Amino acid sequence: MNYSLSPLGDQAIVITVSDEINEQAQVNVRILSLLLEEQQPEWMVEYIPAFTTVTVFYRPDLLSRKGMIPYEQAKENVEELLTLIKTEEVSAVRTVEIPVCYGGDFGPDLEFVADHNGITPEEVIDIHQSGNYSVYMIGFAPGFPFIGGMSEKIAAPRRDSPRLEIPERTVGIAGKQTGVYPIETPGGWQLIGRTPKRLFTPEEEVPSLLRAGDKIIFKQISETEYDNWEEPRHDEDH
Amino acid sequence: MMKIIKDGLLTLVQDLGRTGYQKYGVIASGSMDTFAHRIGNLLVGNEEKEAVIEVTLLGPVIEFHEDAVLSICGGDLSPAIDNEEITMWKPILVKKGAKLTFGKPRTGCRAYIAIAGGLDIPVVMGSRSTYMRAKIGGHNGRALQTEDVIHFKESFNLDTGARSFVEKDWTVARSLIPEYSHRPTISLIEGPQFSWFDEKSLQTLFSTSFKVSSQSDRMGFRMEGESLSLKEPRELISEAVSFGSIQVPNDGNPIILLADRQTTGGYPKIGQVASIDLPILCQMKPGEQLRFKQITLEEAQKAWLDQEHSIQLLKRSISLKKKEESS
Repeated sequence: MNYSLSPLGDQAIVITVSDEINEQAQVNVRILSLLLEEQQPEWMVEYIPAFTTVTVFYRPDLLSRKGMIPYEQAKENVEELLTLIKTEEVSAVRTVEIPVCYGGDFGPDLEFVADHNGITPEEVIDIHQSGNYSVYMIGFAPGFPFIGGMSEKIAAPRRDSPRLEIPERTVGIAGKQTGVYPIETPGGWQLIGRTPKRLFTPEEEVPSLLRAGDKIIFKQISETEYDNWEEPRHDEDH
Repeated sequence: MMKIIKDGLLTLVQDLGRTGYQKYGVIASGSMDTFAHRIGNLLVGNEEKEAVIEVTLLGPVIEFHEDAVLSICGGDLSPAIDNEEITMWKPILVKKGAKLTFGKPRTGCRAYIAIAGGLDIPVVMGSRSTYMRAKIGGHNGRALQTEDVIHFKESFNLDTGARSFVEKDWTVARSLIPEYSHRPTISLIEGPQFSWFDEKSLQTLFSTSFKVSSQSDRMGFRMEGESLSLKEPRELISEAVSFGSIQVPNDGNPIILLADRQTTGGYPKIGQVASIDLPILCQMKPGEQLRFKQITLEEAQKAWLDQEHSIQLLKRSISLKKKEESS
């Protein structure tokens, strides 16, 4: 795996695996995340994976022994750690289905997205359901997925002035991206529907429904189905 | 237990942050002035990371319904017990019925109340810190309000004679107490995208003042000053940010990311506040001005290690003191 190391301030080191967003970069970020998860080096505080980088936060006081500054030692330790990578492949990806009740009060901007693209709201729903989606990264808000793979036929600009409160679990479109707001947040996305499924579950060991690499299927449900939705008690994927 | 008689501007339960969950997009939170937080806990015999109360600018009124040992560190917001001023950075024995109040802010803007034994607050995702937007952690996921009651994990029966409180006769070495300034100079390390900025912007960064704007909070300080710009338009692929990252959006006004920052960001980062200076920065109020001075990563790390060393020494002398007192 090709990578470069650089500092982020005096307590973090950035592992960069690519200078553009692509499939291999994503796979490599996942490999690094799995490795760090598995190894849990004692000097590591935590790590944050992104599109092309994994940032490792460290404790300088545990890296001050060899007469080197902590960053130099962190660098050495990361290099050593990365020699443990045996493969450049990752195990099967998960597919997560997200039920969505489109339009109405849940999706006040569905009409706008349709008008903007010269199609009907029904067509927007069909196209949104038929994308080949995958999660690039989790960030911005707890459990918030950056999802790639949406058709440009339903792309829509952000609102000129952001809404102050977008209810949790709202599905939106911004530019060529689609996403789901896990918690109530201000935001400028065009809102097309809402899912009954929780993306952020603070009571769980893994508080995020989604993780980088997941494939996603959006599936339309009716208002009745939305109202009667029950969270499965045990998620088999965990 | 203690009861909040009046809530103050923003009174929060915070520990040293919710680490380990940023990979799920969960923000770190935690105390803004981690130095005052840590010292405050050590003074009352707690672990450094124990949850404390962070008081902002206009303090609360708190009534103690049992005896407690506390310390108040950080910004000087004129703390008093039963109308008598108390000394900061020092353990204080408080009797049941005593009332803690705050007054005029003298230096800094955040004070930390540490209670011996710690606050009885449930742990959510490994931390007691309040994360207001997600409504989790701290006391019911929100800032403390009038009438709230906070329980302590340990109880004490203290002898303070006829008075409602007694200050211990020892304190932290003066040299360890930070000087919170209205016009501080803050040490900066190059940020990951430092070289993306044009020469004039880099000069501006280190030769002019920046003002903490009124749109500043625990998430970040929006700074006002001369505009900073890139050599040429360039898009950053979103990546991790950290406590003290200085990102520059297209409008050219830098934003310093603080305790409640998002986990990742897509704006270029011109600099990074040295960890050692974060407490000084976090004590600034909107309207105050700062200057940046450049230091190397090596200098920043050495300064940090020196400070850690002093904290370890303090820890040792406090545990000696405790042994003396109990023998």
